[in-house]
Amino acid sequence: MTQVAITVNGKATSRDVPDTTLLSDYLREDLRLTGTHVGCDTSQCGACVVLIDGKAVKACTALAVSLDGSKVTTVEGLANGALHPMQAAFKEHHGLQCGFCTPGMIMSGIDMINRYKAEGRTLDEAAIRHELEGNICRCTGYHNIVKAIGDAAAKM
Amino acid sequence: MSDGIGARVQRVEDKRFLTGKGKYTDDIRMENQAYAAFVRSPHGSARVRGIDASAAMAMEGVVGVLTGPEMKEDGIGDIITGWSITSKDGSPMQCGVWNPMVTELARYVGDAVAIVVADTQDLARIAAEAVVVDYEILPAAVNLVDALKDGAHQVHGNVPGNLIFDWEVGDEAAADEGLAKATHVTELDIVNNRLSPNAIEPRSAVAIFNEAEDHYTLYSTSQNPHVARLVLSAFYNVAPEHKLRVIAPDVGGGFGSKIYIYPEEIACLWASMKLNRSVKWTAMRTESFMTDAHARDHVTKARMGFDADGKITGFKIDTIANIGAYVSLFATATPTYLYGTLATGTYAIPGVYCNVKAVHTNTAPVDAYRGAGRPEATYLIERMIEVSARQLGMDPAELRRKNFIREFPYQTPVLLQYDSGDFDACLTKAQALADVAGFPARKAEAAARGKLRGLGYSTFIEACGLAPSAAAGSLGSAVGLWESAEVRVNPVGTIEILTGCHSHGQGHATTFCQLAAEKFGVPIENVKLVHGDTDTSQFGMGTYGSRSGPVGMSAVLKALEKVEAKVKKIVAHQLEASEEDIVIENGEASVAGTDKKMAWHEIGLAAYIAHNLPEGMEPGLKETSFFDPVNFSFPSGCFICEVEVDPDTGKTDIIQFVSADDFGVIINPMIVEGQVHGGVTQGIGQALTERVVYDESGQLVTGSYMDYTMPRADDVPSYKVTHSSTPSPTNPLGVKGCGEAGAIGSPPAVINAITDAIGTDDLQMPATPEAVWTALQAAKMPMAAE
Repeated sequence: MTQVAITVNGKATSRDVPDTTLLSDYLREDLRLTGTHVGCDTSQCGACVVLIDGKAVKACTALAVSLDGSKVTTVEGLANGALHPMQAAFKEHHGLQCGFCTPGMIMSGIDMINRYKAEGRTLDEAAIRHELEGNICRCTGYHNIVKAIGDAAAKM
Repeated sequence: MSDGIGARVQRVEDKRFLTGKGKYTDDIRMENQAYAAFVRSPHGSARVRGIDASAAMAMEGVVGVLTGPEMKEDGIGDIITGWSITSKDGSPMQCGVWNPMVTELARYVGDAVAIVVADTQDLARIAAEAVVVDYEILPAAVNLVDALKDGAHQVHGNVPGNLIFDWEVGDEAAADEGLAKATHVTELDIVNNRLSPNAIEPRSAVAIFNEAEDHYTLYSTSQNPHVARLVLSAFYNVAPEHKLRVIAPDVGGGFGSKIYIYPEEIACLWASMKLNRSVKWTAMRTESFMTDAHARDHVTKARMGFDADGKITGFKIDTIANIGAYVSLFATATPTYLYGTLATGTYAIPGVYCNVKAVHTNTAPVDAYRGAGRPEATYLIERMIEVSARQLGMDPAELRRKNFIREFPYQTPVLLQYDSGDFDACLTKAQALADVAGFPARKAEAAARGKLRGLGYSTFIEACGLAPSAAAGSLGSAVGLWESAEVRVNPVGTIEILTGCHSHGQGHATTFCQLAAEKFGVPIENVKLVHGDTDTSQFGMGTYGSRSGPVGMSAVLKALEKVEAKVKKIVAHQLEASEEDIVIENGEASVAGTDKKMAWHEIGLAAYIAHNLPEGMEPGLKETSFFDPVNFSFPSGCFICEVEVDPDTGKTDIIQFVSADDFGVIINPMIVEGQVHGGVTQGIGQALTERVVYDESGQLVTGSYMDYTMPRADDVPSYKVTHSSTPSPTNPLGVKGCGEAGAIGSPPAVINAITDAIGTDDLQMPATPEAVWTALQAAKMPMAAE
């Protein structure tokens, strides 16, 4: 067991966890933040994407003990009274059906917009589709997810 | 009314999903909950000679290890199938016994041998690894064609030759006659590739035993919690129905794979009683690949005859369908009554005959997955018609038009009666949207860049609204698939709609409520859907087979009509008017031609104030209804796919995908379009990337997302979706169902486009770059390929 302190959605958290604890388990089981979903065991599906110090990371690829002192944002930490522009865009464009991949899609979408903005690059449809290669959706056929991220990019 | 039928209402259920507050089964945690992991056969075919759980039991925190023989001893029943098929010689089907956990023989990789329960998830998995199973590895029957050959390994002792049934539909003599008089016969060998459904939420179960009440609760990733409760009770003897509550909370996609009641749910319930602990199990993705029911997996030889005018004269189909190691719930209906009965497609064919041999193999059970039988039929017919057009030198659209059915209702030669349709309208709309006229110029432009452009059609029809009880019952189904509904108007006027359907992405919480908005003109915010819990809603059949619209919503409509009738009586009494003069709209009831009216909340309250109701009327405002359709509904449509193939690599890019669907009446276009997008993408996945592979020993090769290629965002284009509408006369709403069309119609459109591009029809799914490149080389150098 190792004590780890991680700021999650702006709140300080601290737990004694086994060294094998994945961030996804720390969030889901220790903090009971179950919005971060686990859809595979090979880091392929992307349902567990969160932001670690502002960058998108699959929470199933990070050990909690390696993140002492980090700031993590999960899908629960986005809405601030009103929905975050990315969440609002997903709703407006019907970018979700069963909702299971949605948290990862939203976090990946925010990350790609932030990166492209910082680099001064244009996030067009082809770029969005390419950037979503780490997120699998089985319901929407991606069509409305791509539209939602494109729309959010204009509003963020 | 803006929230009613046809309105593009945004989903009322979205907020919880967008903010991470959805409640899926794996999100549930009980006090003192234990976790389960399964010991699974690593062999496709093996005898379990012994199980040594002592090392696992010695681990601190391991609660118990339970096995198949103990389960059998406790009287837990074998897993059932729902539809009995009769072979063409009149004999009943033969199928192997499916013990929820292995009692003697493990018959596929993943077959559950023991359940290990421990204090933590990790410990359960570690302890499962420590259970030592003594396996005697046996020969395996894996390939569906080989499994029928003499000398093949017998998967079950009571199923000679692994043949479950040898079924037929149609008129063989008429088909033979049609083929004999044909001036051209097209022959085609089709492989319909085996798929894994892959809902992104893995299956999960939380079983809770309450010793004091002798009562069980099961949280389950189920598309049909009531059916799960019935089957767990009546057939698996877990508990009587009133002592078992099944809750399917938010469910992360189903696509058919969460219809079935799997061994894991049975084992968790049983273990929760044996160990007196709540038991949670959640599949690893690898377990999903091993044990979620697989799909498709047909091998077919077919012949279609044409006269000199291009009219189809006869169609004869021989199919072998892989059922897997055990016969799952809908496994026998899928390759028969959901396949052979669609063999005529959108075409008038005088002689049609379809023979299906269903076979046991040492692979995971195969069952219904989005489309279920209809994609297999559609792929066959639509490949056949396109290949025939090429061989006849005809335009593929014109050959279709020459053979389209145009009068409805239409009695097919293969049992079904099509309700309505206008296949020309869909084809014409799709051609315009796809700019088919401009295709030659685009092809030339691509050729100038060294790329091969192709265009492919699919004009499909499917049977939805599963299922009219009379038809299903007469064909061997154990139950008919009606649906129930209840509408409750509360004293403050808000409305609750209860249904036996289950939403796992389809947006029922929005679309079902649109019906009340349409009927009474109330705002949708004042309406709520209740579903997914056997304690709250009346028995119903669940969601699959595009049935929630045609069947489930029709039941809701009937209940709304009963509420409407009672409201009119109440209002007429209150306003001292005649019942016939009461008009309900915009959330109020008024007396026609007067300014007398009651607001909806006043009506709600009035219904519960019993001293001022019409003479003899019972208080309250709650109505129940059951709807059993008289026939299936028949969505149809036209898809046109345009691809560009890189001849150097064989890689296919889908440049454009157009759909023109006839879903009858559409409740919410936004949601319907979303269903099309998703279905088409699954079909493109089947056409381009997806395939479950077993090696010859029965080892699963595609056991993760590293090996099984899911379509991703950059594998598919943005879609162009349009509609044409012929309302269904088989239900009062006129809806046809939209959940499966995309997956049903799209694979042949894609393969027709690729084969058009590469100039050879010798190509099977999935059309991976390797497969396309190989086909191209073989076509270029036929000698070298031989």
